Parts: sequence; structure tokens; C-alpha cells
Amino acid sequence: MPHQQTKTTLLWLQSGGCGGCTLSMLCAESPDMISSFEAAGIDLLWHPSLSEATGESVLDILQSILNDELRLDILCLEGSVLRGPNNTGKFHMLAGTNQPMMNWVDKLSAKAAYVVAVGTCAAYGGITAGGGNPSDACGLQYEGDRGGGLLGESFRSGEQMPVINIAGCPTHPKWVTETLAQISLGDFNEEHIDALGRPRSYADQLVHHGCPRNEYYEFKASAEKPGDLGCMMENMGCVGTQAHADCNTRLWNGEGSCLRGGYPCVNCTAPNFEEPGHPFTETPKIAGIPIGLPTDMPKAWFVALASLSKAATPNRLRKNAISDHVKIVPTIHHKRKS
Amino acid sequence: MSRRIVGPFNRVEGDLEVQLDIQGDQVAEAWVVSPMYRGFEQMLQGKQPVDAMSYVPRICGICSVAQSVAAARALADAQGVLMPANGENAVNLILANENLADHLTHFYMFFMPDFARDIYKAEAWYTPVAERFTAMKGTAAKQMLPARAQFMHLMGIMAGKWPHTLAIQPGGTTRTIKAEEKIRIMTCLYQFRTFLETTLFGDSLENIAALSSAEELDGWMQSDQHRSSDFGLFLNISEALSLHTLGRASDHFMSYGVYPSNGESLFSRGVWENGELQRLNLNAIREDVSHSWMLKYGDAKHPFDGITQPDPEMKDGYSWCKAPRLENKVVEVGALARQQVNGHPLIRSLVAASGGNVQNRVVARLLELALVTMAMERWIKAIRPNEAFCHLQSMPDEAEGVGLMEAARGSLGHWLKIKQGKIYNYQIIAPTTWNFAPRDAQEQPGALEQALIGAPVRKGESTPVAVQHIVRSFDPCMVCTVH
Repeated sequence: MPHQQTKTTLLWLQSGGCGGCTLSMLCAESPDMISSFEAAGIDLLWHPSLSEATGESVLDILQSILNDELRLDILCLEGSVLRGPNNTGKFHMLAGTNQPMMNWVDKLSAKAAYVVAVGTCAAYGGITAGGGNPSDACGLQYEGDRGGGLLGESFRSGEQMPVINIAGCPTHPKWVTETLAQISLGDFNEEHIDALGRPRSYADQLVHHGCPRNEYYEFKASAEKPGDLGCMMENMGCVGTQAHADCNTRLWNGEGSCLRGGYPCVNCTAPNFEEPGHPFTETPKIAGIPIGLPTDMPKAWFVALASLSKAATPNRLRKNAISDHVKIVPTIHHKRKS
Repeated sequence: MSRRIVGPFNRVEGDLEVQLDIQGDQVAEAWVVSPMYRGFEQMLQGKQPVDAMSYVPRICGICSVAQSVAAARALADAQGVLMPANGENAVNLILANENLADHLTHFYMFFMPDFARDIYKAEAWYTPVAERFTAMKGTAAKQMLPARAQFMHLMGIMAGKWPHTLAIQPGGTTRTIKAEEKIRIMTCLYQFRTFLETTLFGDSLENIAALSSAEELDGWMQSDQHRSSDFGLFLNISEALSLHTLGRASDHFMSYGVYPSNGESLFSRGVWENGELQRLNLNAIREDVSHSWMLKYGDAKHPFDGITQPDPEMKDGYSWCKAPRLENKVVEVGALARQQVNGHPLIRSLVAASGGNVQNRVVARLLELALVTMAMERWIKAIRPNEAFCHLQSMPDEAEGVGLMEAARGSLGHWLKIKQGKIYNYQIIAPTTWNFAPRDAQEQPGALEQALIGAPVRKGESTPVAVQHIVRSFDPCMVCTVH
């Protein structure tokens, strides 16, 4: 694909979602979002929140792409594809066109060198597919964890890539700006995505990595209610040990993450996260034992280690785990000069 | 007469279509179409009440905390739980962070870039405005974005992330704030104040908050320093283009009130009609679906009894948006309505002079940036790190609750019914549902539909720039509108 000399063209469309991935991207820092695009040589053909063009001039851009008068290097879709009702796509007709948005996305995808799903909605259906999925929402190349979606499992973009799924609800600003920059530099291929199409730059890690509650986790000192300081895996629905993302090593809004904010990880980068089958903030259990193991942990060992570490929990952690303030601070060990 | 369809209408949150009947050189009639439906109200039925806190913020990426606060209030109302003082102040800070970031985003990214359009090239004020506000290229956004991102570090500390935090709970927040974090937040607010004072206003927040009449605002503009600020640039354009004559709706304003602290709200609840302040009668709210793509079950319903059943074949329907009405009348919500109801003297004076219009809506939003930043400085000082941030209470199996609050763009309400421990009905009326509603059974046009009548259309314009100013002056959020 052409780069260096010519700029990388990018068209951004929004459909069945909340716009939150764009709003999150506005929080990009060092550099800010506009500088990130400039540095990556990205020429934004149109973005619904950022561009000047409105109405007819937007339709001219879309038409020029379809007529092969305007090269489209990257197509980003934010939000699910809305197929309903009854496969008509009428739940989102692109304004000013009397055409279902799903048809526009379908036609434009065929012209793009790379197709990028921004956010879990565009990737897998996401929150919009929650409940009974009233709008018949799906992702670009997935329906939940099954291949398919709007474009179908065999879809390959102009550069012979499947859809790149920057999943997350919302996406971290840098997951998006850095992936787009890699693509723009011609430095992104199938080796850079995992089995669910997610950029490995963040999806090869677990939310558990860098969790500041690690000591509570080690000793299975568990939180029991919102605001408690303990590990949220046993009772509060936290699946940080299974969720693929780097949220606790690449922080949000300066120094945040869900766990640092005092609430559980709900695995928002995964297909079907919108319907966990139990309340989001409660851990499902069988006979008092939580279902769901830390990734790659053999069950027998986990159970054995958990009961051992529970028995060994220091009083400090046991007390602090069920409090919203630190009740007992770590002991200071005095070292005598000899 | 020709019906013109304008869309996709961008620099609003979500997708929007506007249909115009143009007679001669002005808009004779307008229809506002919300073209997307996702169905959150349907999704929530049968869920555990607590799950609303995970779904509802995801209605909207720009009003995510606002949705969260409304849901938390509805659940708190159903439970009968009250927040501790820290919880109340923490929620105010998180919400204010979002609301002010939204005001800033609206002004710098959504609204002002329209004045950098080629159509204004011949205007005396054009060159500095185009340098500053051209979309993606102007100097202003590059200054604003880092200031906004830095301001939102408050979210990182207090709410984990933005958007889509789960930190807000019916009884407070999940995140206790330590003494050193309190200092960090105060520093963050100090930096934000500096940005507002040097770049947006060219004056202190106190002086902006103290402006008390249209005449004082004119006087304020006489200083070079004020005139060359971003607020000054806007006022200058506004005068040149007479933006105070554009986009008047019914001048019937509503605010639910917001930011409770210590038994008082920073901004009060009420209705402004026929030139006077009145009590808001919540029982008089109805949602009409005569012109929505929704199945109709009898008369317009109060949101406690509301039904959301989409039907794209509905004859007479032209939008996914329902039409909320207060005592069968159209009301306008937003920063202007909020400050008019709360009685800020500058806004009362501007509204007395020219009513609700493009200029006054923008002034009210920028005024709130000053007022609320100052309030945030008070709330963070009031945080007591050693005390509780959250109260807990169990949810009864049968209950109902209402959660009312003000998002950046106006009044947001959630009405919730719980039966047998599950959500039986969940109805949401968002700010832009009020402002961008379609017609109702009496054929009354919604607030924007009224505001567009008379908008001037220049020769050869396909997407009239005056229409764009009017639409964006409401700071619409289309993803909230239909939800």
C-alpha cells in the first residue's frame, strides 16, 4: 500500500454504538489525537465528529470512493452493524441517503485496503447486541465469538487482511492511534492480530498484569461489597485474570483503570461480554466456589493454592480487604546496624 | 417549495437528518429525523436492577457519566438509600468533569468550525477565526485537546476511566479518595482554570461568573484582551452575523436541577414559561409517539408506563425519537434553560432581550464552564479522605424509582419499575429527546423543528450554514436521543 510519499487515507463511520470510542480517543495524550494522526501521515477523509464536511459534501466523498476516484486505505467502523428489523437495516438508515448503513459499510469495505472495527460493538456486536438483541446487531466479521457478521468469515480487505478488531468498551485511545499508525506505516500484518482479530500489542496481555490489588489476589483476601479494597475475583465479578488487555500497565485518563476505580473488570474486549449470564458485578459460583479460572491455570492447582493461601492470609490483608480504607498498614521491619 | 434532505449531519454526537421545506430564501418548515434505533429500554427488561449500571452508561459515549448518574439515582430512589457527603461531592466532581469536557468539546470541535467555512471568506472577522477553528487544522483544537485530556485525569483517579465507568453507585462511589489524591485533583483543576482564563476567556472565572447583564457583556468586549480570547472571537462573530436572531424556539425552558451538595443544588429545578419561573410538575410529562416509528398503545404515556416497541412501517412516523411533552407543550432543555431557571442574571438579561437563540445557548454553555469549575474547587475541598464514600442498601423485589439530573445538553430522566427482583420497565427521556422530538398528536413541531423556521438560506447553499449553526447550538446527542 502506498505510504511515505502519499498520505494514508482514512474514512471513519459510526453506526450502532455510542460514539464512546471516538470520545475516548479525544483523551489521547503525548501526543494528542490530531498530532497522532499527523505524525502517522493519516489524512482523515471524513470523521462524523471531527470533520468540517456535512451533508452533500460527505455523500460526494463516499461516492468518489465507490467510483474509484478516491483511494481508501483504511475504513474504520465504530458501533455495531444494525441488520434489523427483518434484515432490512432500517434501524440505521444513513442520514441523507435513504440507504441502510449496513449497505454503505458493505460497499465501502470492498474498496478499503484495511478494514478496522473500532470497539467491541463493531468487532463482535458488543453491548448493542445485549438482551434479546432488539436491533439484530452484529460485528463486521463476527457475530459474538462466531465468524460471520456483516462481511463474512472469508472476507479479506484489499491488503488481504481480515477485519482488524480493536475491541474494547470503550477502546483505549492508544490502542486505536497506535494501531492506525502501524497500518499507515505498512507495519501491520496478520501476525499482529490474535485469534479474535485483536491487535496483539494490547491483547496479548491480561488485565490482571499490573493489578494494584495483587497482594489481595495472592492471598485470596476478597472484597465483599463495592468500594472494598480486596481482590474482586471471588465475589465481585472481576475477570481481570482472564481478560485480554493491558489496562493495568497502560493506564486510562492518566492513572486509571476499572480495577483502580474500585470496580471489576467485565472483560469488555471479549466477544459476548454484554451477556455474562449472571449480574456483571457478582461472581457466579457452584457450591460456593467461583466458576472461571485465571487464564492458563490448572484447576486442581488453583483450588489447592487458593485454599492454602486463604489459610495463610495475613491479618492485615484480611481486614483491609473488606474495608474501603486501609485499616492496617504493612509492618516496618527495623534492621539493626551490626 | 422543495423538500430538501440534509444529512449525514455531522459534528453532533451520532447520526442526524434534517428535512427542510425552503420557500424563497428561508426555511418554511422542518422535520428532524433521528435515523438510528438500538433499543436499550428493551434490552434492560428482565435484567437484574444492578445491571443497569453496566448497560446504561453505554447508551452514550459523550453523556456516559450522566446516564450513569441518572440510573444510580433511579436505583437509589427505589432502594431508599442516601449518599454520604463524600459520595455526593465525588459524584458531582465526576459528573462536572464530563459536563465541562463536553461543553469544551462542543465549542471547539463541534460548533466553532462552521465559522471557518469558505462561505464566510469575505467577512472582516474571517482570517483569525479560520486560523484558529478550521476543523482538524486550526490552532485552537490542538491547545484544547491536551487541556481537556489533562482535566480528565480527574476521571482516571476518581472513576477509573472515561467513558463507561462503574464507579458511580446508588449510594455513592466505589473509589475512596486519599489525601494525596485530593491534592492531585486540586492541581488538575488549577491547570484547567489556567486554560480557561488564558485561552477561552482572557479573564478570571470570577469576572465571567459576575457578568450580570447584556450591557455588561458589551462593556466586557471593549477590552482588547477580552476581544481576542476565544469567547471574544465568538461574541464578535455573533454580533456580525446577528446570531441572537437565529434559532428561536418556544422560550419555554425546563431544568431538573443538578449537583446536590449538603441539601442544596448548585442549579435548581423548575420551568420558565411566559416570562416567569414555575414549579416543575413531573406528573405532567408524557411521551407521544404519533410521528415516531413506534407502535402506539392509546394516548401519550407517562414514562413510568411508557412502552417502546419499534415499528418502521408506522404510518405518519418519520423518526425513531419519541416526542416528550410537558403539559402537552414543547420545552427546550440545555445550559441556557438551566441558567435561565436558576436565575443567572446575565442569562436572564440576554433571554429578556432576545429569547432562546444560537448566541444565548453558546454564552450559557461557556458561562457554565466558569461557574462549575469554581464549584468543583469547592467540592474537592469538601472531600474528607478518612470518611465513607458509599452507603449500601439492598434492593427490594418490588419497587419503582426515578432518577433526574442535568447532562451537559439538558434534562435527563430515568423511570424504573422493578417486579419480582427484575427490571419490569425502564424508560429514558434524554435531553435531545426533548429538543429534537418530532411532531405530536396536535401536530406541534418539536423545539428544533420550531427553531429552524425562518432560518435564512443563501443562494446556492445545499446544506444551509444557518441551519447548521442552529442545529449545533443545541449541542445535540443523537445516540442518547433514541437510545
